[in-house]
Amino acid sequence: MANPKSAYSVSTKKEKTDTHIIVVWVDNESGVLARVVGLFSGRGYNIESLAVAEVDAKKNISRITIVTTGTPQVIDQIKLQLKKLVPVHKVADFKRNDKGVIFKEMALFKVVGNTNKIKKAINACKKYDAVILDKTKKSNVIQITALRREIDKMAKNLKKFGLVSVSRTGAVAMTRGDKTFN
Amino acid sequence: MSKLYSGAEIVFKCLEDQDVEFIFGYPGGAVLPIYDELKNHSSIKHILVRHEQGAGHAAEGYARSSGKPGVVLVTSGPGATNVVTALTDAYMDSVPLVCISGQVPTHLIGTDAFQECDTTGITRPCTKHNWLVKDIKDLSKILHEAFRVATTGRPGPVLVDIPKDIQFAKIGYSKPKTEKKLNGKSLNLFSQNDINNLIDLMNKSKKPIFYSGGGVINSGPEASESLRELVQLTGFPITSTLQGLGAYPGDDNQFLGMLGMHGTYEANNAMHDCDLLINIGARFDDRITGKIDEFSPNSKKIHIDIDPSSINKIIKVDLALVGDVNHVLKSINKTLKSKKIDLKKSNKQKISKWWEQIQKWRTKNSLNFKNSDENIKPQHAVQRLYELTKDKDVFITTEVGQHQMWAAQHYKFNKPNRWMTSGGLGTMGYGLPAAVGVQIAHPKKLVIDIAGEASVLMTMQEMSTAVQYNLPIKIFILNNQYMGMVRQWQELLHEKNYSESYSEALPDFIKLAEAYGCKGIMADKPSELDEKIKEMVQYDGPVIFDCRVDPNENCFPMIPSGKPHNQMILGPSEKEENKITGKGKALV
Repeated sequence: MANPKSAYSVSTKKEKTDTHIIVVWVDNESGVLARVVGLFSGRGYNIESLAVAEVDAKKNISRITIVTTGTPQVIDQIKLQLKKLVPVHKVADFKRNDKGVIFKEMALFKVVGNTNKIKKAINACKKYDAVILDKTKKSNVIQITALRREIDKMAKNLKKFGLVSVSRTGAVAMTRGDKTFN
Repeated sequence: MSKLYSGAEIVFKCLEDQDVEFIFGYPGGAVLPIYDELKNHSSIKHILVRHEQGAGHAAEGYARSSGKPGVVLVTSGPGATNVVTALTDAYMDSVPLVCISGQVPTHLIGTDAFQECDTTGITRPCTKHNWLVKDIKDLSKILHEAFRVATTGRPGPVLVDIPKDIQFAKIGYSKPKTEKKLNGKSLNLFSQNDINNLIDLMNKSKKPIFYSGGGVINSGPEASESLRELVQLTGFPITSTLQGLGAYPGDDNQFLGMLGMHGTYEANNAMHDCDLLINIGARFDDRITGKIDEFSPNSKKIHIDIDPSSINKIIKVDLALVGDVNHVLKSINKTLKSKKIDLKKSNKQKISKWWEQIQKWRTKNSLNFKNSDENIKPQHAVQRLYELTKDKDVFITTEVGQHQMWAAQHYKFNKPNRWMTSGGLGTMGYGLPAAVGVQIAHPKKLVIDIAGEASVLMTMQEMSTAVQYNLPIKIFILNNQYMGMVRQWQELLHEKNYSESYSEALPDFIKLAEAYGCKGIMADKPSELDEKIKEMVQYDGPVIFDCRVDPNENCFPMIPSGKPHNQMILGPSEKEENKITGKGKALV
């Protein structure tokens, strides 16, 4: 949503929206994901993709990575609203085009067809660190890690080589170099 | 081995350690163990309501008039869903509530058991935080944390859902130790530098205005003192939101009255024309701003708020001071005094023109109305009520609608915590149960619910509560037989098609009062109004006052939806040329 959230803010000025990756560190307790996701849906913010898993079993902390779009004002609101949630420890925000940050998604492709087609499919996937996870005479399950748009493209391209099923994660992110976000 | 307590006992141990005196509640299957334990704790009194929504609003009235958190106790399923409106109301108006709900036993959760509902799921968007207690070991920790979350930072409601088996389970209990910070969420984030910048802006300003809100009330009575000192030190004009009324004396000359949709002409025009706008504990609500694009177009804007997410949410500001209102105000006052900056003197010349302009706006007398000898005008009724009670320390609650705005416009408040109204959510039926809660907190004070006949019928059952506990609340109904605000909007927006806004079968309020065991009074002539109001005030017990007012009166002045502050409708004669058109029609 490009507009700020008020019935009276039917703004005449159109602001540019950007894609941001929001990373949230939360207590891994029941309902915490619902709180985060509910905040987004309740306030009309977008979620393009979502990845969540526990990252510190000792401290019981999960890391949620959300890809979202919005004007700078909306992105600020998202961060500030997230910080108000009781189980949230910290919130980081990266622009998608930030060179200092690595973004990756993983996808699994199931390709069914003759050997020739499967070979072509594997070849097409090669530049995205393709790993063959399962292999039969008639099928292959290929894993790749890449950017969102690259996976979009591959999912389209592989159709002609017998792609029958796609499963993919949301994006995860990490800063380059020795720095961590505090 | 330390002594073992049941979950129900631990609930009361925690309430005692939190100095809770009153619980507003309603029993049911899933909270029976807690109700069974009630008899063993004489310091805690339970107020039995007639509907769980009433418990929630009563707790809100208690909290807002006393500054202490309100505690609600309800059963699972319908008990919990009935309290949702009150929780949402408290969330919107930042009222600290701790709601304890019973839940079916843990082994039955998820089986669609009798009176089961996903209480934490339902209340997640309308509480600051909520908990489902799955283990007796967590119970006392969660309850104490619930009180802390509800009362710290920007206050709000929380809910603790306790399954019945947890209420029976046993464990040791120890008093809570020092408070741990909420994930490092600090409250006061402003610096002395920010204060200096603010004072610099105040020094330069020629047309300044303070705009204060409910945050001043929430910050405690001391914040109102600090606000008065600051306004006095600067000589600046001040206006207030609906929720902020009472923080600054309503009859002071520097006070311009309430601003916003039904605010005064001078307050709204001053907001529009000012060059420095200092928001103290308010949130730029859409009732205040009107059209965002044309909101106070030429001013530097400063926002003082405890909630960082309020800053730049609706209106971009030039300087934000995140912190507790009283803290910030005290720092400003201290700096002003230590630097010996006498804004009142040094700025007198500069802002004297501003005051002249404000005086010109004031001469419009925008709250004026045509009085009548035949019909009681609702504005007149509120004015008489004010004149006849102003020598007392009065607590006013309201329902929602025209009467609420007339009360805000014509009743003057001089102290904080004396005005309880549902502003954010706009809950019809708020005022009567809220009055119950206020009277519980202040048994000797005069508590009046200025009500509309439509709103008050939504929670009328709580009169029974008032009678049970001898609470002498006065329900002053401005009875115009219409859902007045709905009718007003239908008049302005829908060509007077009064679709379903007329109540054709109203009860006889005198008989209704008598049926509940309280006193009923009716007035329909201006000549008898004063006598009857006095009779109401003097009566020692709950009263329902049916004040029959002119059914066609509208609430003015008004900023039509979609219009900026400087395009107000002042009265019925002006409606035609200022018609609501286009996009404005779709706004609420």
